[in-house]
Amino acid sequence: MKIAYYPGCTLKSTAKNFEISAIAVAKELGIEFVELSRWNCCGTVYSMTSDDVMHHLAPIRNLIRVKEDGFEKVVTLCSMCFNTLKRANILVQREREKLDKINDFMYLENIDYAGDVEVLHLLEILRDDIGWEEIMTHVKNPLNGLVFAPYYGCLLVRPPEVAIDNVEMPYVLDRLFESLGAKAIDYPYSTECCGAYNTVSNPDIVLDRTYTMVNLARQQGADAIILSCPLCDFNLEARQKKVMEKYPDFHPLPVLYFTQIMAVAFGLPENTYGFEYNSINPEGIFKKAGERL
Amino acid sequence: MELKLKPEEIRNDLVKKVEELAGVNVFACYQCGKCSSGCPSVPYMEILPNQVLRLLQFGKVERILRTNTHWVCASCFVCSTRCPKDIDIAAIMEALRQIELRKNQDYLIVRRIDTEEMKEFPPIALVSAFRKLTA
Ligand code: SF4
Ligand code: SF4
Repeated sequence: MKIAYYPGCTLKSTAKNFEISAIAVAKELGIEFVELSRWNCCGTVYSMTSDDVMHHLAPIRNLIRVKEDGFEKVVTLCSMCFNTLKRANILVQREREKLDKINDFMYLENIDYAGDVEVLHLLEILRDDIGWEEIMTHVKNPLNGLVFAPYYGCLLVRPPEVAIDNVEMPYVLDRLFESLGAKAIDYPYSTECCGAYNTVSNPDIVLDRTYTMVNLARQQGADAIILSCPLCDFNLEARQKKVMEKYPDFHPLPVLYFTQIMAVAFGLPENTYGFEYNSINPEGIFKKAGERL
Repeated sequence: MELKLKPEEIRNDLVKKVEELAGVNVFACYQCGKCSSGCPSVPYMEILPNQVLRLLQFGKVERILRTNTHWVCASCFVCSTRCPKDIDIAAIMEALRQIELRKNQDYLIVRRIDTEEMKEFPPIALVSAFRKLTA
């Protein structure tokens, strides 16, 4: 299966580990990611004010690129890109007038956009097109004994119109962990916000939230937190260094992208794990899994 | 907090602007408090999301704009998802930010961000902060 792939800016910079592992895992499952031949930043956040049409140009332009490259569906990895592209798409499907205005403005594009691209997140493809049973057949190193905190954050499940799973009780990550031989904790902060862009404007908010959320995951027995958003990852993983400075009693906990644990479980070459981009080295937990076997 | 309510202030132009920008009817809110009980930013907010709605019903937009509430809102959409009256509170927060930002006043002063810090931030952190908090 071939699918158009929209990476977004952060997967090309601080979240290379997400991209490397995702492409390798997809390939193992017979999915070829075809990166859009041209793409631009989606804007990262969906503009919510009714008179702001301008900021929907960026996501819609990317959807035009999907059509140009001959695809009907596009897959994203970053939760923020997913949310922004999907919401902008829903908006133009519902509001013809805005779609016309956007197409008018982009008259230099070769095609008019008609709202007909399907925006997907990789987790949806794993669940709906590949299936857990098929995924299980690719597991060479089951992650037996490992316990993960599933962390969806906001943008995979809210608002409900874009949710990839049950809004209040998502379980797609739980199913994925089980397929890989690991277990999920029943994590109360699973869909709680990490503080998002407050990391730039009010960093203390994020440090306090990370302290609380990581501590609870640890107390519940998690070996790592597993997520899908590079901003959540920055706040929950990279920021742990600053959390330690603020709270000396804090101990770091590894945080990984869901595709990284898949690459390990599938026994793919180590250069597809991208651990060198993780600010907290997660290798130890996999050794632990080996010992527990 | 002392509030003097004036009939002519109810649904004044600024309230109408918020309603128009956010696509909501502020009088639909019956003050159940569900938005505030789920909001992760509440510990840092000077007034709570349901109080924002109450003040909008009273026509007190300026009173809301003096608080930090709309600036620390992280656009997590918990409030909008859970409101039993289908009010898009996250969009109201965005409308309030926009009303301020359109006066060309930044909330986030970019030149005050430490240059070393700046290098560490992933692109999405910076772009989203600029989009939400600068004019
Ligand atoms: S959840 Fe909705 S109805 Fe309840 S207080 Fe908040 S805005 Fe009002
Ligand atoms: S969107 Fe803003 S106001 Fe609503 S729950 Fe999230 S942080 Fe609170």
